[in-house]
Amino acid sequence: MTRNGPVALFFHTLVVLFMLAPLVIVCLVAFTPENTLSLPTRGLSLRWFEAVFHHPDFVQSFWNSLWLALLSATLAVALAVPASLAITRWEFPGRGFLNGLFLSPLIIPHLVLGVAMLRLFALVGATGSFGWLVAAHIVIVTPYVMRLLIAAITGFDRSVEHAAYSLGASEATVFRRVTLPMILPGVTGGWLIAFINSFDELTMSIFITSPSTVTLPVRMYMYATESIDPMMAAVSAIIIGITVVAVLLLDRVYGLDRILVGQK
Amino acid sequence: MEATGPGARRSTPLILSAPAALLFASLILTPLLLTALLSFNEFEHATGRTHGFTVGHYLAVLTDEYYLEIFLRTFRVAALATAICVIVGVPEAYILSRMRNPWRSVFLLVVLAPLLVSVVVRAFGWSMLLGPEGPINAALVALGIGRVRMLYTEWTVIVALVHVMLPFMIIPVWTSLQKLDPAVEQAALSFGASRATAIVRVVAPQILPGILSGSLIVFGLSASAFAIPGLLGGRRLKMVATVVYDQYLSDLNWPMGATVAVLLLAANLVVMLTYHRVVEGHYRRRLG
Amino acid sequence: MSFLELRDITKRYGTLNAVSDVTLSVEKGEFVSLLGPSGCGKTTTLQMIAGFVDVTAGSIRLDGRDITHAKANSRGLGIVFQSYALFPHMTVYDNVSFGLEMQRVPKSDRKDRVEEALGLVHLSAYAGRYPRELSGGQRQRVALARAIVIRPPVLLLDEPLSNLDAKLREAMQFELRDIQRKVGTTTVMVTHDQAEAFSISDRVVVMEAGRITQIDEPYRIYEHPETEFISRFVGKTNMLPGTVQTVNGGYASVSLAGVPVEVEAPGVALGETLTLCIRPEKLRLAGAGQGRLPGRVSVRYFLGSQWLYHIDGPLGTLMAVTPNDGSAPLDVDMPVGIDWSPSVVRVHRGVMAEAPDPALEAE
Ligand SMILES: Nc1ncnc2c1ncn2[C@@H]1O[C@H](COP(=O)(O)OP(=O)(O)OP(=O)(O)O)[C@@H](O)[C@H]1O
Ligand SMILES: [Mg+2]
Repeated sequence: MTRNGPVALFFHTLVVLFMLAPLVIVCLVAFTPENTLSLPTRGLSLRWFEAVFHHPDFVQSFWNSLWLALLSATLAVALAVPASLAITRWEFPGRGFLNGLFLSPLIIPHLVLGVAMLRLFALVGATGSFGWLVAAHIVIVTPYVMRLLIAAITGFDRSVEHAAYSLGASEATVFRRVTLPMILPGVTGGWLIAFINSFDELTMSIFITSPSTVTLPVRMYMYATESIDPMMAAVSAIIIGITVVAVLLLDRVYGLDRILVGQK
Repeated sequence: MEATGPGARRSTPLILSAPAALLFASLILTPLLLTALLSFNEFEHATGRTHGFTVGHYLAVLTDEYYLEIFLRTFRVAALATAICVIVGVPEAYILSRMRNPWRSVFLLVVLAPLLVSVVVRAFGWSMLLGPEGPINAALVALGIGRVRMLYTEWTVIVALVHVMLPFMIIPVWTSLQKLDPAVEQAALSFGASRATAIVRVVAPQILPGILSGSLIVFGLSASAFAIPGLLGGRRLKMVATVVYDQYLSDLNWPMGATVAVLLLAANLVVMLTYHRVVEGHYRRRLG
Repeated sequence: MSFLELRDITKRYGTLNAVSDVTLSVEKGEFVSLLGPSGCGKTTTLQMIAGFVDVTAGSIRLDGRDITHAKANSRGLGIVFQSYALFPHMTVYDNVSFGLEMQRVPKSDRKDRVEEALGLVHLSAYAGRYPRELSGGQRQRVALARAIVIRPPVLLLDEPLSNLDAKLREAMQFELRDIQRKVGTTTVMVTHDQAEAFSISDRVVVMEAGRITQIDEPYRIYEHPETEFISRFVGKTNMLPGTVQTVNGGYASVSLAGVPVEVEAPGVALGETLTLCIRPEKLRLAGAGQGRLPGRVSVRYFLGSQWLYHIDGPLGTLMAVTPNDGSAPLDVDMPVGIDWSPSVVRVHRGVMAEAPDPALEAE
């Protein structure tokens, strides 16, 4: 393999700086002792982190987002496992349609999904309901889970299941003892990517949350449009921290490049 | 595929996919249909009631200077962001693919992981970087150029969009580069082709499908992006997504908002389907 | 009645007959191999016995019981898959014990039987390892242990050795036969490697395009192939086309490029075209001017225990194999005489579709 030349490496350095700059500045400003958005030139302070934890709205939204992400990721996995099995292992009428339907949230703008759900929720009187919010999030994170699961199931050697059948295992036993453990990396990876996507989702949620169910990204968006003080940077730094942990976890259980770039 | 193993019944796949199918039917198909219907309802400004049937909203959007300008701006911004993503993302993916491990994995992570950080955080980061008190303006002042107003301009929105979308360009290009046999490029070089010729004549045609699919994703997501124009474009620089938001949550004119949303969705689908028919069909045949 | 009986079993995929009218009886304790080229339906036949592929027509009986439509998990057969199909998330011990668990064997018995099976395949020391921590040969043996530990009435092996390198493969062939003898399990093995089939089977079933063409002991298949296909597929063969010149009782004189050769060929007609098949190791190379045909060495290959020569002569190129007895080999371009004893010639009526190219056969 040939090496990259100096021009290429310079270009690469610029791209990396560009990608990291806004995140780094957020983390730096979060530690400012000043009252304005400024770099911490005169010492570091945790006062804005403290402010976040004493801001009931942010705390409330954080818990909302956490529960929402936990529930929707878990339920999305529960729905996606059987559905991906059906789509990858059986040929049946409507299979192509279902496959398209399950992946459609990836190409329908979240903005459109947001207004569409708002309309539905208004008609059935579900505006502001946490349960319906969870359902909406399941819909938008399921395709991420399905993509990983379909890849995991397609790359699966059926003869391993056949071996289990031949040894006398029932269908349920084969699923529990063989199939599920073997697609577990896909399931875990799918759950994490679903969790992150639900936790970060703004555009759809902003239409369908009510004051009591406001999620953290929605809260931050509202806050940022009204006032700008370093507390926003502190929240952002916390989110970056959580994301870094999640990314490392994801890298451990599944391999980040496999999730983002697809099966090798 | 034949489902082997005991008890492979015809109804099994339907039972397995039924829960997800029900959810998606009720939360994707139904609301989209309702929204499409809503866009044909009349809207009473005085009472906020919606009823009846009219194509007035579509006529209004398609003829009104105000809306046309917003649509034009949205597509211009999305197109520029896409072009910059191609110009930056394609070489970057190529450079990454020529790195050795562990650098390759490390930088792939660095370049792709911001994708997982909330877009609000990233927009906020850019507003600080480009703000009147931000480091860039500080540098400009130090250089004696003086402060430049960067927030609430199209270029700010474009730069932040590029930041958000770059991973979506790098991923498909990287994928098609992975499929590429490095020996092919070396073969071209061995025939006496210059490095540039090798890239243009041998590498580029093979990664073109990746570039096209990346452009499509980037364009689609940029055209419907909400947080970036909302936070960095402000009230002055409206784009389609922020207009829909205002129609729904400030003006409460849902039918008008629905109309803009339906048009956005339609434009998105047209682009996607055209892509599938033209590009995929063409390249699948040539590149297998 | 035999232990395992396939009667006229057929498998159709759409219009394709993957397996047609296969009838086969396997005796208790017998080791039978299905041998045939790629795509001839060996795996499909095995999978029908195992219950993973539905039988389109025909019946399968095991020990007098009809299992044609029994579920795969109720047949109790031991199967070793080509890919081994070990459970990647279980240790060697758990892999082997899985089948016993399914049979609800008490835990204490289970332990003894797993250890016994692992001892049989010389893997007692590896019980705690995961499949990915084993070599190909070790995995293969785990798969075997997992299949035999449930004491299946029939053991089915689908190309069990094809993923191993040549040396390990040979060692495993004998080990496999050894273990099968010890356990005494009736075994059906699929292979496309004739050496493998010959060295360990009691009987070999040759398949061609979904049909069985010959069932016989390995030696008889090699020496008395019933069709030209088999004589060509099994081992190397020289095929010499000629015309019947005179008929004399059960004997005929055949002209091979003008050289008359006496062969035993009852019922042939004057002027009929015949093909004489002679295995390369049955040709004798003599000094120039001797033997039945003249020739000239064009190429020679050293095969270790043997020399393989290509001899150019009036009938084209012939292959001849001589044992490497330590004496100097023939040189290229050396003129030789080719000879054989009449009893080694197999006669096929008609012309072979195409004479095999010796260079391609030489592998
Ligand atoms: N599920 C299927 N659907 C359609 N055709 C099939 C299917 N499985 C096998 N076949 C066809 O049936 C024929 C026999 O296949 P089979 O796998 O039994 O061959 P084989 O003798 O085991 O070959 P190999 O030595 O390559 O493993 C082939 O022509 C194959 O293409
Ligand atoms: Mg096979």
